Amino acid sequence: MNHDSPPSGRLLKAPENFLSPDGVRSVFDEAKQGRRDFVRQAFAAALAGGTAAAATAQAVADGDPNILTLPEHSTGLGQPVAAEGYGKPSRYEANVQRRPSPGLTQTTQASVSFAPLQSLFGIVTPSGLHFERHHQGWWDIDPSKHRLMVNGSDASLLKKPLVFTMDELMRLPSVSRFHFIECGANTGMEWGNVAVPTCQYTHGMLSCSEFTGVPLRVLFDLAGVDYKRARYVLAEGADGSSMTRTVPMELVESGEVLVAYGQNGEMLRPEQGYPLRLVVPGVQGVSWVKYLRRLEVGDQPYGTKDETIHYVDLMPGGLHRQYTSTQECKSVVTTPSGGQVLLDKGYYQISGLAWSGRGKVKRVDVTTDGGRNWRTARLQDPVMSKCLTRFTLDWQWDGKPAVLQSRAVDETGYVQPSTRQLRAVRGTRSIYHNNAIQSWLVEESGEVRNVQLS
Amino acid sequence: MSSSPKQLAAALLALAALGTASAQATYPGIGRAATPAEVKAWDIDVRPDFKGLPKGAGTVGQGQDIWETKCASCHGVFGESNEVFSPLVGGTTADDIKTGRVARLNDPGFPGRTTLMKASTVSTLWDYINRAMPWNAPKSLKTDEVYAVTAYLLSLGGIVPDDFKLSDANIADVQKRMPNRNGMTTAHAMWPGLGLGKPGAFDVKATACMHDCDTEPKVASLLPDHARNNNGNLAEQQRLVGPQRGVDTTRPAGARRDGPISVAATPAAAPAPAPATAAAPSATAAALALLKKHSCTACHGMDQKLVGPGFKQVATKYASRSDAEAYLAARIKSGGQGVWGPIPMPAQPLSDAELKTLAGWLAGGAPGR
Repeated sequence: MNHDSPPSGRLLKAPENFLSPDGVRSVFDEAKQGRRDFVRQAFAAALAGGTAAAATAQAVADGDPNILTLPEHSTGLGQPVAAEGYGKPSRYEANVQRRPSPGLTQTTQASVSFAPLQSLFGIVTPSGLHFERHHQGWWDIDPSKHRLMVNGSDASLLKKPLVFTMDELMRLPSVSRFHFIECGANTGMEWGNVAVPTCQYTHGMLSCSEFTGVPLRVLFDLAGVDYKRARYVLAEGADGSSMTRTVPMELVESGEVLVAYGQNGEMLRPEQGYPLRLVVPGVQGVSWVKYLRRLEVGDQPYGTKDETIHYVDLMPGGLHRQYTSTQECKSVVTTPSGGQVLLDKGYYQISGLAWSGRGKVKRVDVTTDGGRNWRTARLQDPVMSKCLTRFTLDWQWDGKPAVLQSRAVDETGYVQPSTRQLRAVRGTRSIYHNNAIQSWLVEESGEVRNVQLS
Repeated sequence: MSSSPKQLAAALLALAALGTASAQATYPGIGRAATPAEVKAWDIDVRPDFKGLPKGAGTVGQGQDIWETKCASCHGVFGESNEVFSPLVGGTTADDIKTGRVARLNDPGFPGRTTLMKASTVSTLWDYINRAMPWNAPKSLKTDEVYAVTAYLLSLGGIVPDDFKLSDANIADVQKRMPNRNGMTTAHAMWPGLGLGKPGAFDVKATACMHDCDTEPKVASLLPDHARNNNGNLAEQQRLVGPQRGVDTTRPAGARRDGPISVAATPAAAPAPAPATAAAPSATAAALALLKKHSCTACHGMDQKLVGPGFKQVATKYASRSDAEAYLAARIKSGGQGVWGPIPMPAQPLSDAELKTLAGWLAGGAPGR
């Protein structure tokens, strides 16, 4: 990186300022190839007012043309109200998109798209950027026709099986809570080695929303569930795969499990299970069954496809761990992060996300020297249980290579492990539940790269 | 309705009573009893102890016929295909069937893990085939067909013989032959309940050292330069304002930036104008609707090969053929194999009018809009 490169808003020296920044870059590129005529053409274009940069040498002497020349939005009439009935992000934000990782899946219906964590602030994921994982494609279901059934694997496990309409569920006393949802396979591509370039792809099967719904306990009480014998719950979706997962009754009894219809103040997005999904705080996303149609209480776990064939963790020695559900304490620096390039030396705010499926994040430490020395980061309010927590730390980049890492500790005292510590116990073929410390290498060029240390 | 302080007090008392009622979780007017027919219609799950398994039977031979029409297009004729989903079959041995532990799970050199290598319970296979297969027409198999398909799948792994008839009466015996039936454990701290595992027994124990920590800040793994642009140009995947920009991965790694990074935020370019097409727009819309209706896009991309060829590739291949429309209609109807690769395309039960629409659209260049 050329450290004379001016970041946004900095005054430029002549003569580069005749040109737009793109033009400057082109000039240098062309100059290296000895094509001086390009420079002449570019200058001519600039003088003719043919480029976006209306700046002149005179403007440099006086100040920033963005200040000195009043822009159209300061001198004209803006757009009317309700130009968009449902507002959209600025057109300058078009790069902020959820994206699939090329080659990860062969179909687009049984697939995943990753949330752009590197571009998000705070702890809430905008609903349109929430990561997606579908097993058989998504649907937009008519809520007036959607039903939720509560029954038992055995008729004696509850007083009576019940059916609810959405109208009825939305009449019941509701709660609204912020929780993260993370796919059990998040960071799964990185068990053995570095596989993807940015935190969107390493950690983007992670999102956080305010969910609104009814505690599942309320519905089970209405059905007269025999809590002594019914210690397991099967949740089932209404979509093609009719996704099923077993959930422990303990989480229902705690009041944490919600039958949710709201997300960030609006209804769930179709990609997130509109009109109804299960919210199982602290547990991997596959258990948060979308398009929720049925809940069955039972006296045994169910051995479903996504708890005996998928979402099983292969351990050294060849055993699969089944029913691994809790998302253990984890964190990642999102800025600066892989695939980015720092604009200049000097001050930066390191910022990232921490979370734990076992409760609140207690502390986050950050290192810039690859783990030799650590400093404790600030935690932004609010810090909530089983929810993303934003951390920040001041950093002066001296232009030398640096390795950034973050390490979270939750309220149980569990410390997020390094890749080495995690692999020592679980090997490299688990696929699921990789909560290792993430390393980002900041090169002298300013480029940030995904690396693993040893 | 008149109102007086007395009536108001009575109303408040009634409200308070309501509050008590809600504490007892009674919500009049909300929820109704499910009818037996409704429960039967939706309660389809089958547990490892076979609770929920309906009576029925099916043979390996019947299963093979169904498989070749409805399953092979994604899973391969022998369940071995890796083109769409992970392979179902392979990696298990006769010895595994005896021990109940798949030995190859200990072989890091073995590519991938098949379903039969992982499945510890046969109920899981039956349940998932019943609820979710075929992938583009879930829940369309009759109960006996589910038995038959399960039997064929098991026969491919040598778990049942080729002349086997699987039924509710003998499925528990098959469970005793599942190659990885003993290859699982719940001894971990990641089940958030008391019924399974070892709550609180964390297996990975790290400590939070703060200064002069023992570490090896040597880079052991990073993306090779040739993979730099694999996830697309990262410059287009980062916000255009703020402390950082995306790296331009179309340029070589470590390339010095001789000029300043572009600071003028430019919105994404407008989509390219639609190419001229032979088919009329309404016909195109009709064809695109059919692609959706019949889940054609599950296997075919617009431009590129997924399982089968991209529609544009088909259009290009037959562009010069004068009877392209009739030929393509016949191919869609009958299905086929070999022209584009080993994965067969099943016969498609479309009406003649639908066939004509789709074939005409393909013959017209398969326009995207």
